[in-house]
Amino acid sequence: MARLTIEGLRKLYGEFRALDDVSLAVDNGEFVAILGASGCGKTTLLRQIAGFDRPDAGRILIGDSVVSTPLRQLPPEQRHIGIVFQSYALWPHMTVAQNVAYGLDVAGVKDPERARRVDAALALVDLAGFGDRRPALLSGGQRQRVALARCLVTEPSLVLLDEPLANLDVHLRASMEEEFARFHERTGTTMIYITHDQAEAMALADRIAVMDKGRILQLATPSQLYREPADETVARFIGEGMIVPIDNAVADGSGHCIADVLGHRVRLRHAEGTPPTGQSRACVRESALRLVDAAASGVNARVTAVIYQGGHFRVEALADAAPDEPLHLDVREPASIRAGDRVKLAVDDGWVLPGVRPTIRNGKIRG
Amino acid sequence: MARLAIEGVAPDGTISLEPLRRTLTNPTTWIATAHSLVTAFGGTFLAVVIGGGVAVIVSLTDIRGRDAFVFCFVMPLLLAPQVVALAWLQLFSPSSPLLKLAGAAPLLGARNPLYSAAGIILVLGVQYAPLSYLMLRAALRALPRELIEAGRSGGASPVTVLRTIVLPLMTPPVLAAIALCFVSCLGNFGIPALLGIPANYVVLPTLIYQRLAGFGHTVLPDVAVLSLLIGTIAVLGIVAQDTLLRARDFRISTATTTARAFELRRWRLPVEIALWSLLVAVLALPLTALALTALVPAAGVALDAHSATLENFRFVLFEHAAARRAFGNSFTLSAAAAVTIVVIAIPLAYFLVWRQSRLLRFVNVVTEIPYAVPGVVLAIAAILLFVKPIPVLGISIYNTVWIILFCYLARFLVLGLRPVVSGYHQLDRTLEEASQIAGARLARRLRTIILPLIAPTAAAGALLIFLTAFNELTLSALLWSSGSETLGVVFFSFQQGGDSTYAAALGVLTVAVSIALMLSTLLLAGRLPSGVLPWRD
Repeated sequence: MARLTIEGLRKLYGEFRALDDVSLAVDNGEFVAILGASGCGKTTLLRQIAGFDRPDAGRILIGDSVVSTPLRQLPPEQRHIGIVFQSYALWPHMTVAQNVAYGLDVAGVKDPERARRVDAALALVDLAGFGDRRPALLSGGQRQRVALARCLVTEPSLVLLDEPLANLDVHLRASMEEEFARFHERTGTTMIYITHDQAEAMALADRIAVMDKGRILQLATPSQLYREPADETVARFIGEGMIVPIDNAVADGSGHCIADVLGHRVRLRHAEGTPPTGQSRACVRESALRLVDAAASGVNARVTAVIYQGGHFRVEALADAAPDEPLHLDVREPASIRAGDRVKLAVDDGWVLPGVRPTIRNGKIRG
Repeated sequence: MARLAIEGVAPDGTISLEPLRRTLTNPTTWIATAHSLVTAFGGTFLAVVIGGGVAVIVSLTDIRGRDAFVFCFVMPLLLAPQVVALAWLQLFSPSSPLLKLAGAAPLLGARNPLYSAAGIILVLGVQYAPLSYLMLRAALRALPRELIEAGRSGGASPVTVLRTIVLPLMTPPVLAAIALCFVSCLGNFGIPALLGIPANYVVLPTLIYQRLAGFGHTVLPDVAVLSLLIGTIAVLGIVAQDTLLRARDFRISTATTTARAFELRRWRLPVEIALWSLLVAVLALPLTALALTALVPAAGVALDAHSATLENFRFVLFEHAAARRAFGNSFTLSAAAAVTIVVIAIPLAYFLVWRQSRLLRFVNVVTEIPYAVPGVVLAIAAILLFVKPIPVLGISIYNTVWIILFCYLARFLVLGLRPVVSGYHQLDRTLEEASQIAGARLARRLRTIILPLIAPTAAAGALLIFLTAFNELTLSALLWSSGSETLGVVFFSFQQGGDSTYAAALGVLTVAVSIALMLSTLLLAGRLPSGVLPWRD
């Protein structure tokens, strides 16, 4: 179990900044997910931590020892970490038991200790008795579990998981997610989990680092990420947040403020210590929007699409005050709402994005 | 190579243009050069026409029995050229058992028509047709089917598509095939040695051989110049190909699986018959003639049930000392070359494919050189390098079996390296990374993970080297000494000495070994990446 510390890491491929000043501190025993769309640099980051690539600037520490700097780097085989690869990377010429035992063989662990630990690792992933099979004869989920057992048998201080569920069926994913969670609970190993699937990251991680264009935009707990996104990109990426301009914000000193949102006076949350003044922008979740009577106070909007999603409709609408920021909300069945209808929406909650200036669109600020 | 250039202008350490002048003013040099060019161009033309035609039919039509046909068609490439040449000689000789059976033998005393430039061209063309076939087949395999289908849905007939789409796109591989065949024909020693020397039709490799055999070391500067000349011609050929390719854009934008595009319908049977007739003509007939000759008690004796004998086989296998030694030498040399090269190639390819660096790219190009330049050039370079004892060590490997092994290693390294490199390309790198993460250092990763996974490919490469070295004559003809004869050398001396029945028996044995080895690899076939075994489609 060890801390992982990344300081100012940069990796260039020619002009392209694959990693741009990435800093990250992962606590002992913590489960951190690195979340981002493909090409955001998350795999590059993983390869830096594993030691397959050398950074152009910055450094990486595992525990208290520096493992990567632009000048010196500890080879992967000496870092004592574990990786579960996306392709599983099981050696096809070895049996399941031989695959799992490999790290022990390398470390010079002899029978009966070796056999005991292999059996224990296989039992931990519910594959006791599968030791003599060839990887080719296993199902996708079983292969994944062998890869997990192989990576944990040597009790690494740090485990990296590279999109481990990307190649599995949907129904298998859920059970493997549980498996990983249980696993982390039992072993208490520090885990770094690379994924592009936010549901996976939210379900598993203690904290999530959202990456985009080689940078870490925000490192926070899943709930904080959802409720208090650091900027517009995170707000939009996580849970399809809507961004609306706000005006005439007045803080009330309790972490809240009252502001005009699309011509409607709303109570919003804001970051502590940075009360918004005047104009800014806020993130609104679909759960904070609801349809109200035409007589009530609310945002005037026109419905553009109604999509049935089983039990509820996803209603998409454009506010009169900000026709270029599409809004969406869920409306329970039954509902008699159609595209083209005029509706009024109440906004129950929102989060003022910290440190962002209002964006000027079409030459004037709306709101 | 540098040693070669120095010897040409400065033998004995003093700079002198005398050998250069002497060689370049000698009319024999230019006659041999002209002969070399004529036979190389002729052989190339024939090889590319036959190989290209077969490649188009095999790749783009729905003929049956493709695998068996390809196996047989590619075979001559892996047989010894000198054995193939003898087989053709026997087919057309006045004492040809086969022609006698058919009652069509030339009159006794008539000159064998193959002792001529045309004969050399014919056999060169047949020998290297598989080479151009292999290059074009690979290219046609990579040709996206959409390009053909787009042409056909545009209303073009199969022939029009072939003419206007396929052939223009095939320009780079065709040029590459031409260059490769040209260099191979130019450097071939066995065929012009068997067919040209009796007719006094000398080409550069045989001229070098004759000079060296006749005058020994005193002519080393002269033959160095000659081999530089042949090397220059080869390089010019490759440069010409390169220049032609730069002129136009042949890049293919999409890539999907290829499909057999053209149904031959009623033409299928005639085409199949034509293809197999071609095989009978270029492979079965000559080899049968060779086998029949091996059964004849003495050249010229008519073959029938009574005269047929295994005496020739007994003689070369058990009685003739040099032939017995040669079996041992060739087996050992070929096996040693195959194993050594694979042992070098596996780590070398690891660094080439997975650890890119400038130096290694350079090494990659360097390994191609000895295979691209004619074998005679390499052999002369090796003689010059080792004729004096190796400095510091004070060991002389000249006139031993080791100099032959050295040349085999240099020349065939690329044969082993290529399949191993393609094996690495098809291997998932994470398999190695996983073992690295498990704490295994490089040596252990190579041994426990990479070697077992790359082994089938490496074995195929080793076999390719073994076959090539086993049937080789060009290098050993110039490098052999008493005690280090190879099968090629003994075969050649039998033939030179007029013992063509013994030569035939020896030839039949080497052909049998080669075919048996090729067949044995089909057992491995399922575990190999495609394109590693040339005789497997």
